[in-house]
Amino acid sequence: MKRQTKTKIIDFATYIGIVIVFIIMNTLKSNGMLTRSMTGQLVPICCYIVMAVSLNLTVGILGELSLGHAGFMSVGAFTGVVTAMSLQAAIPSEGVRLALAIVMGAIFAAVAGTLVGIPVLRLHGDYLAIVTLAFGEIIKELINCLIIGHDENGLHIIFNATGSRSVADLGLTETGRVLIKGAQGATGTQTIANFTAGFILIMITLVVVLNLVRSRSGRAIMALRDNRIAAESVGINVTKYKLMAFVTSAALAGGAGALYGLNFSNLVSSKFDFNTSILVLVFVVLGGLGNIWGSIIAAAVLTILPEALRGFADYRMLIYAIVLIIVMLTTNDPQMKALISKLIPIRKKGEAGNG
Amino acid sequence: MEFLSYLISGISLGSVYAIIALGYTMVYGIAKMLNFAHGDIIMVGGYVSLMAISSMGLPSWAAVLLAMLVCTVLGVVIEGLAYKPLRAAPSLAVLITAIGVSYFLQNAALLVWGANPKAYSPVIEGAFKLFDGRLTVSYIALLTVLMCLVIMVALSFFTGKTKMGKAMRACSEDKAAAQLMGINVNSTISLTFAIGSALAAIAGVLLCSSYTSLMPTTGSMPGIKAFTAAVFGGIGSIPGAFLGGLLLGIIESMAKAYISTQLANSIVFAVLIVTLLVRPAGLLGKYVPEKV
Repeated sequence: MKRQTKTKIIDFATYIGIVIVFIIMNTLKSNGMLTRSMTGQLVPICCYIVMAVSLNLTVGILGELSLGHAGFMSVGAFTGVVTAMSLQAAIPSEGVRLALAIVMGAIFAAVAGTLVGIPVLRLHGDYLAIVTLAFGEIIKELINCLIIGHDENGLHIIFNATGSRSVADLGLTETGRVLIKGAQGATGTQTIANFTAGFILIMITLVVVLNLVRSRSGRAIMALRDNRIAAESVGINVTKYKLMAFVTSAALAGGAGALYGLNFSNLVSSKFDFNTSILVLVFVVLGGLGNIWGSIIAAAVLTILPEALRGFADYRMLIYAIVLIIVMLTTNDPQMKALISKLIPIRKKGEAGNG
Repeated sequence: MEFLSYLISGISLGSVYAIIALGYTMVYGIAKMLNFAHGDIIMVGGYVSLMAISSMGLPSWAAVLLAMLVCTVLGVVIEGLAYKPLRAAPSLAVLITAIGVSYFLQNAALLVWGANPKAYSPVIEGAFKLFDGRLTVSYIALLTVLMCLVIMVALSFFTGKTKMGKAMRACSEDKAAAQLMGINVNSTISLTFAIGSALAAIAGVLLCSSYTSLMPTTGSMPGIKAFTAAVFGGIGSIPGAFLGGLLLGIIESMAKAYISTQLANSIVFAVLIVTLLVRPAGLLGKYVPEKV
């Protein structure tokens, strides 16, 4: 009983914390107190926070290592761009278009998540990790082959597998526009993403993830993580719950992708490669597996860090790497752990996950 | 004839993957960690040999030896500084540290050698001409395949017959039990990293010789592919890594030639996925049922 109220307090504090930070950042922004690069970072930070929280659902809560999370972001991003750009004439309101784009991005990513999840989730451990990595790369290359245009007749899509077809093959009318040009990606996108939308997306993500985790299904998912065989023997449907967590995670990543895609006028699919997946995984692990607010803080800090290190010029990524290694070494050092548990005596056991 | 030349280039590419995968699989087998920095050690090996040939004017064989030496030391130092303190830590923590090491090596190389691709001339020039010059086989392709075979046989002998090799297998099976039998687990793991890194250096020289260019990110994609190859063949198994690497190279080369250049990697990965769904432990991997 006591524990239940405690998790409720933590969840509530997470929501309140996000709202407070949003209000502070928004006031700073409107008073012009943020640097230009910082203002430009706001939407990407929101996207990465959503990515980190959603990946935490797969890695921390479900306990399966996914190395292809950026693939779903990519699906969401390009779906979002196509949706928003093709509805430009039909829906004048930017907000509605953005919302629609995010929803469409999430739906397409969820479909991709289901297609990927059904075969992938039959595997375990590092085999699962390598297959998610493989799917991430496949999604990247498939999107690289897409050429999509839009005119008054609707969408024109061609799949340029051999590299021999070009924009001219779309057969667009004179008023038509090319939205995605194969390997060059989406160009000339109208950037309608904004910080408020990012904030709303974070809140929606938190509501979805936290409610899922605290529900009956969430407990089933965590039981699978802790001991699959025991969970299966008490009648938990392994495939159903694994897929539930995986697809939710993919859908949220798709939403984040749509927002991200609409924040830049040019976007190539190689942006969402293996390195992006790894970057998000770093947020999750540094924030603590299964720890939602940890992911949020890690995502925000680590997205700002390379910018903040700009003073070191060429050395910044080197320093980033060293910081990463040192943080991992110190947080896993037995002496440091003993010190931390002395400082914070009431540390819940079992929260750390099984890694 | 066209088919034959694609097959040969596939086998040569596959042999490079196989050499990298052999190192990967040994490190994975003993340390149970995905060493993401492995690909970057390949890149360091490439740069060291390039510097040795172009700046120090060493002959090719000496350059390769120097690259092996530097990479071996580098591998052991990385293991000692970054991975050894995490021996008891959860596997994801080690994974992230390996990613940190990988970033570190890439960015250090960026600072030392610059971002621009450097031209790399093959360590051996020239080619055979067969069937009245309709089929050319470069010496470097031949050397790659030969090296790969020699390494595979030597490694099989080493792990199967020698005392250190047996210690290695014992450690990969059960570290605690191995320690009780008087095996020095830490030095065995260091030795594995040393061998893996030396192999990575050889792979680096051969890879750069066939790609003829070198960048700080050169190692990452072959690293991932080699890991895929190791999983494909059954991770932890030496013949598996060899077979996986070879098949991967041939599939990639054929896909590029006959299906689509842009989708070549996708086809490779799709084959991996299908294989793993049919044989979850890889082609030659042993399926270990879970005990309850």
